[in-house]
Amino acid sequence: MTAPVISVRELRVGFGAADVLRGLTLDVLGGEILGVVGGSGAGKSVLLRAIIGLVPLRAGTIEVLGTKMSSATDAQKRAIERRWGVLFQQGALFSSLTALQNVQFPMREYMQLSERMLGEMAVAKLEMVGLHADDGRKLPSELSGGMTKRVALARALALDPDIVFLDEPTSGLDPISASGFDQLIRTLQQTLGLTVFMVTHDQDSLSTVCDRIAALAGGQVVALGTLEAMQASRHPWVEAYFKGRRR
Amino acid sequence: MNGAPKLARVEAGGRMRLAATGAWTGAFNREIEQLLAGPLASTLAGSGATVIDASGIAALDTFGAWRLERLVRQQARSGANLAVEGLPQRFAALAANIALTNQTSAPPPPRAPGLLCAISDVGQAVAGIGSDFVSFTNMLGAIGAAAGRMLLQPSKFRLTSAVHQLDRVGLQAVPIILLITLLIGGIIAQQGFFHFRRFGAELYAVDMTGILVLREIGVLIVAIMVAGRSGSSYTAELGSMKMREEIDALSTMGFDPVEVLILPRIVALVLALPILAFLGAMAALVGGGLMASAYGGMSPAAFIVRLREAISLTHFEVGMIKAPFMALAIGVVAAMEGLKVGGSAESLGLRTTASVVKSIFLVIVLDGLFAIFFASIGM
Repeated sequence: MTAPVISVRELRVGFGAADVLRGLTLDVLGGEILGVVGGSGAGKSVLLRAIIGLVPLRAGTIEVLGTKMSSATDAQKRAIERRWGVLFQQGALFSSLTALQNVQFPMREYMQLSERMLGEMAVAKLEMVGLHADDGRKLPSELSGGMTKRVALARALALDPDIVFLDEPTSGLDPISASGFDQLIRTLQQTLGLTVFMVTHDQDSLSTVCDRIAALAGGQVVALGTLEAMQASRHPWVEAYFKGRRR
Repeated sequence: MNGAPKLARVEAGGRMRLAATGAWTGAFNREIEQLLAGPLASTLAGSGATVIDASGIAALDTFGAWRLERLVRQQARSGANLAVEGLPQRFAALAANIALTNQTSAPPPPRAPGLLCAISDVGQAVAGIGSDFVSFTNMLGAIGAAAGRMLLQPSKFRLTSAVHQLDRVGLQAVPIILLITLLIGGIIAQQGFFHFRRFGAELYAVDMTGILVLREIGVLIVAIMVAGRSGSSYTAELGSMKMREEIDALSTMGFDPVEVLILPRIVALVLALPILAFLGAMAALVGGGLMASAYGGMSPAAFIVRLREAISLTHFEVGMIKAPFMALAIGVVAAMEGLKVGGSAESLGLRTTASVVKSIFLVIVLDGLFAIFFASIGM
C-alpha cells in the first residue's frame, strides 16, 4: 500500500498575474492520511481544488489513481470522481434536501438500489459518522456546525471512495468536537482503507491523525514527512509554525 | 479487478456451509441482490444452523458488509442461526462497525393519505391568506413606525442607501420602461384605428389612447414591470441576507433592519414609480402618435390637437395618484417575503416567486379599488 494514488508534478496554478502554486510536486501514498499545512494564502485549498478539478491548471500534471486528469476523457474523469469523496469547508450540503437525502443523493445517481436499501445504507453511513438515524430527517439549516460536518463526511463516504479530500475538517469546531472528529477520521480511514488528503490548520489533527505532513510555502512543498521531520525542518515558516507553540 | 460475487453450497461434516467469494462491493449490487433473493433464501429457510464461509471474499465495502449483516439479521429474526466465519482480517473492522448500524429501525417518514394531504394543503393555503394579510399589515406598520422615527430625526435616515436604490430601481429602469410603454401605446392606437375605422370614428382612437394610457395602462404596466424587476430583487437581496444571518447581525448590533435595509428601499420605490409612470405615459403617447401618423394617416400636429381636446388634467392626475400606493404595496410585499426566507436555496426561490405574484396581484386589486373610488367621486 505504498504506491502513490495521487501524484502532482510541477504544478502551476494562478489567478490573474500571480501564480499561487509555483511548480509544486507532491505524492500522496495509498492508505495514508496526508495533512497539508501552510500559512493563509499559501495555496492549500487551491491545491485541493486543483486536484479535484475545480481550478484550471497553468502547467504541470496531476495523476489520480493512475489516470492523468488533464488528458482523461469525460468518462474516465467521471469514473475517477466516483472513487473520491470531498468534504468542503462549509459542508456544502444541498440545502433543500434532508441530511438523509443528502447522503442518498450520490448513491441514487450511481447505484441501482431499491428505495429500502437506499434508506438502510444511508442510515448506516450516518451512524458510522456518529449520528443518529433521527438526525437524518433534519434539514441542513437545522444542523449544528459539527453535525453538518459529519453529514458532509457521510455524503463524501456514500460511494465507498478510495480517496477522501477534507478541506479544514475541524475548523469551526470546539476542541472536544474537533478531537472527536479526528478520531472518527482515523477510525474510518482504518475500517474503510481510505487514503485521506486533509488540508488543516489544527495542530492537534496533525499530531494525532496524520501519517505524513506536507508544509506549503511560496507555492511549493517546503517540508514533507512525519511530525518529527517537521520539527527538525530549518525552513523559517515551518520552524515558526511547529516550534512557536507547545511541544 | 476482482471477480463477481458468488455464493456456493458446500456440504461439510453434515453442516451446510455457504462459501462466499469474489467482490462484495457496491459495483456488483445487482449481482448481490440476485444472489440473496434467489433460491438461496429458500435453502436457508429450510436448514437449521448455517455458516457463511467468508474467507474467499476478495473485496468488501460498506454495501457488501451491510448485505451480509442484513442476511444474518433476517435469519435471526426467523429463528435460524446464521454466522459469518473466516472473514479476512482486513475487513473485520468494517464488519464490526456495520454491525452497530441500523439497530433501531429508521423512523418511517410521516405520510398522510393522498386525499387528507390535499385537504390539508387547501386548508393551509386558506390559512396562508390570513397570515399573509397579518404579515402585510405587520410590515406596513413597522415601515410606518420607522418612517415616523425618521421624521422626528431626519439625520438618521440612510440617504446614501436611498439614493443608491433610487438609481437602481429608477434611473436604470428608464430605458426598458420607455421601450415597453412606447410599444404598448403604439399597439393601443393601432387597434383603435383598425376597429374605429369601420364606423368612421377614427378620431376617437386618439381619445381612447390618451385616456386609457393616462388613467390605467401607463401606470399599471409600469407598476407590473417594477414589481417584476425591483420587487423580486428586493426579496432576493433581503432573503439572502436573512439566510446568511446578516439581518440577525444587524439587530444584535442595535440596528433596526427595517430602518437600515427596508425603509430606504421603500422610499426609493415610492419616489421612482411615479416618475417612471409619468415617463411611461409620455412614451406611450409618443408611441400612439407615431402609430397615428404611420397607420392612421394622421399628422402629428392633428394628433396633438385631438389629444388636447380629448384629455384633461384629471385623467393624468387619476393615473399619477395611484403610482405611490402601488409602489408601497410592491415594496411591502417584497420586504415581507424577503424576511420569510428560511435556510434553504429552495425557499429563496419560492419567496421571490411569491413576492412577484402577490405584488402584481395587489397592484391590480389596488387599480380596481381606485377605479371604483374615482368613479364615485366623479373624477
